[in-house]
Amino acid sequence: MLSCQEITLLVSESLDRRVPLPQRLAMRLHLLLCKFCSRYRRHLLFLRHAIRRHPDRLGGDEDPSVSLSPDARERIKRSLTREA
Amino acid sequence: MVDQTRSSDPESWVDQYGDYLFRYALFRIRDPQVAEDVVQEAFLAALQARDRFTGLSSERTWLAGILKHKILDYFRKTSHESCVDHEERVTQNLEDQFDDQGHWKTPGIGPKEWDEDPSKSLERKEFWDVLTRCLAELPPWHARAFSLREVDDLSGDEICKVLNVSATNLWVVLHRARNHLRRCLENQFMGR
Repeated sequence: MLSCQEITLLVSESLDRRVPLPQRLAMRLHLLLCKFCSRYRRHLLFLRHAIRRHPDRLGGDEDPSVSLSPDARERIKRSLTREA
Repeated sequence: MVDQTRSSDPESWVDQYGDYLFRYALFRIRDPQVAEDVVQEAFLAALQARDRFTGLSSERTWLAGILKHKILDYFRKTSHESCVDHEERVTQNLEDQFDDQGHWKTPGIGPKEWDEDPSKSLERKEFWDVLTRCLAELPPWHARAFSLREVDDLSGDEICKVLNVSATNLWVVLHRARNHLRRCLENQFMGR
């Protein structure tokens, strides 16, 4: 039987590609029996759901302390005027 | 009435959207200098493509879409460098969660039960602040791979091309990134 460590890799991989049948079956069986790995899978699914539902909220887009420097602001404005 | 199928005056773009785009670019690229340059490139590309703005999405969303393409271009250009830190420091080692047989070390290390309804936390700013901080702790190339997969919804094949890595490497990196984020979120948000 595969260990929890191996199962966590398979759980993650199954979010990215179709895992081959034998491993998929081994994973399913393990998840039925192991509450930690089954939680682990739930948590990864939650993480995916959270980010896909609100992709714009990641990255602190409301943090006012991070902003374009005055120099960059001027430079970009100048380049836009030049190209317009 | 404002014509929503036309973009606003490009000279006002920088004041209206500059900070927002810069924060996003900095979050993805992590280098302020490069982030500024990429934002500038995005604005210039938007200027060229101004006639193609249809008003179907907001101007901010349209500009953010162009910025995302520029960020991908930057990743492609620098992918040979991103491979250098393959043998990276992984913030919290994967292996220390498991015993010699590969089982979760208990008590205390195995995944804990989260709130019955964790989706409530999605509405809280603190949740996103913590997740953003956890993501920032990842080695740059892990964060890149993870964001391309989960934020941009690129397939594994597409990410391998952008980052110039093998599929096997990519699965392991995504696994490490998710493992760190799950644990970081549990320790700093869910478990409190």
